[in-house]
Amino acid sequence: MKGIVAQNISRKFGRVEALRNVSFEVNQGELFGIIGPDGAGKTTLFRILTTLLLADSGAGEVDGFDIVKDFRKIRQRVGYMPGRFSLYQDLTVEENLKIFATVFNTTIEENYGLIRDIYEQIEPFKKRRAGALSGGMKQKLALCCALIHKPTVLFLDEPTTGVDPISRRDLWEMLVKLKKEQITILVSTPYMDEAGLCDRIALMQHGRLLKIETPAGLAKQFTDALWAVRSLSMSKLLTDLRRHPQVETCYAFGDAHHVTLKAGLLKPEELAAYLAGLGHSDIGVEPITATVEDCFMNLAANKIEL
Amino acid sequence: MLKYLLEKEFKQFFRSRFLPKFVIVFPFVALAIFPLAVNFSIKKISLSVVDNSHSPYSGRLIQKIASSGYFRITTVAADYRQAIESVELDKADIVLEIPPRFEPELVNDRKTGVMISANTVNGMKGGLGSAYLASIMTDFSAEVRSEWIQGAGGEVIAAARIIPTFRYNPHMGYTIYMIPALMVMMLAMVCGFLPALNIVGEKEKGTMEQMNVTPVSKFQFILSKLIPFWIIGFVVLSVCFFVAWLFYGLVPTGHFSTIYLFASVFVLAFSGFGLVISNYANTIQQAMFMMFFVIITFIFLSGLYTPVTSMPDWAQSVSRISPLKYMMQVMRLVYLKGSTFHELVPQFIALSGFAVFFNGWAVWSYRKRG
Repeated sequence: MKGIVAQNISRKFGRVEALRNVSFEVNQGELFGIIGPDGAGKTTLFRILTTLLLADSGAGEVDGFDIVKDFRKIRQRVGYMPGRFSLYQDLTVEENLKIFATVFNTTIEENYGLIRDIYEQIEPFKKRRAGALSGGMKQKLALCCALIHKPTVLFLDEPTTGVDPISRRDLWEMLVKLKKEQITILVSTPYMDEAGLCDRIALMQHGRLLKIETPAGLAKQFTDALWAVRSLSMSKLLTDLRRHPQVETCYAFGDAHHVTLKAGLLKPEELAAYLAGLGHSDIGVEPITATVEDCFMNLAANKIEL
Repeated sequence: MLKYLLEKEFKQFFRSRFLPKFVIVFPFVALAIFPLAVNFSIKKISLSVVDNSHSPYSGRLIQKIASSGYFRITTVAADYRQAIESVELDKADIVLEIPPRFEPELVNDRKTGVMISANTVNGMKGGLGSAYLASIMTDFSAEVRSEWIQGAGGEVIAAARIIPTFRYNPHMGYTIYMIPALMVMMLAMVCGFLPALNIVGEKEKGTMEQMNVTPVSKFQFILSKLIPFWIIGFVVLSVCFFVAWLFYGLVPTGHFSTIYLFASVFVLAFSGFGLVISNYANTIQQAMFMMFFVIITFIFLSGLYTPVTSMPDWAQSVSRISPLKYMMQVMRLVYLKGSTFHELVPQFIALSGFAVFFNGWAVWSYRKRG
């Protein structure tokens, strides 16, 4: 039995096609990431799989239960953490946790082991109203509430959006730990750097899944030569690089531009010389291995052409 | 589970800064202030007098008008033109012009006239004001005539005297008429609006979606919203009874039990109406606007201010769709007339019909959207 199965799920909102024939399978106990920019259709997919929304066409299963027929059974066994903070802001941390334990007919004590690591971090504030927590604390509380009934499948919709880097790391450490409890986890994120922690990832754009792969497999498939290029004036560098006849693509990536080449004829020193000729200084050109983001940009560019 | 959800609702209710105070303060303010402010008996009408006669009789007439309590003589004008000017300046509402030959005509011809011109921008004030003034004139002429008859040694002419008896509201107090109806408004607000706004609020905040991915059924969820406000509604109603007794000494002639029985059917109907709105609205703002639109229609058709029977025929038929109308009838009848359930069966059937209709619609529209 699979943890999650989606078969050709499509959904339209008016004329906007939010999901187009999305199919994938997640094994039990797998940490599966859906990576894509805002508006890719991630939340719609989550809402369909958590039985909150009906698909126009296609079918799905969660833990072997049909997402339409057996929605009651699914609701008893999944944990869902929506992208937007959706706990009772006027109740305290403890009260929120207690409500979600109670509505699932369990108690905080029964499954405390599952949430201990993360709850201990927010426990000093347990008498504080949820609305008064910081962004990272809110997400930690939301994760606790989604876990308190020991779900078999956990849906996390952008759990790290708007969260500081340390809390982001805490949350991901927690997810990796939960995997050991044989909980199937579907997590979405717009941050490509988080993808490396997933067992497998699906790249998503414009309502379509572009590719499903392991992070390592994805990097391996990136066959083109990839260089990181730096100089003092980065914005001029971007246009200059894009003008170079041998450059296939060039995207801004934080502190460097990532460049792929048409054919492997050009050498790094030649590119540096070309740039120096255009008046750039402090030029750095070095070959690098592809990240998930490079793969995504590459795939996204190809898909648009299709 | 329902028990725990209810506990949560009450916790949230008492934790909010606004609601608990609202429940106590609202009935006090509405019942104590509103009936005093909204009063249709017109007093202190500004009167401008043009006395062209300057005779003892005209002086006596003016005296009589001034002592009636309804009028304040604000200007004494030299001529009609000047009097109209004072109306234009908003210093007077009504002009009374006494002709130069008032006394000779009255004494010799036994027949005279005065002119009353009223500013009827506010139709109610102008109309009632001139009617009061006309009735004072009639009194005055009757008084003068009886003096002459006695003075002349003639016989007193027997005339029919009319002594009306006002039943149920002997002093025809507007306040007493309004208060039972206002209680209905209060109940409608608390039991119809608040739960609906609360549900839409959960929708807006996203907590409803979070609750939907739990074993809590929609039915339990909605009941957990309605029950607290039903209880609060009855608390508010009881506070209303207390305020009515405290400020106006008003207690129902009929039984409290009759009122509570009808109130529970009405509350069921109106919370159903609230649920319908909560199904269609996605934000609190939308819900507020929808409610405003519907409730204003309901109020105008309910007979809160103007009796339904004095509406045009088409409005009378449309007024059947206002649940407020039936409940206000019940309240007024029980409070003032002491009606029992037996006499209120038509209203009971109507309210039960509304309860079935609105709740059925709520279930249907929820299914369609879910």
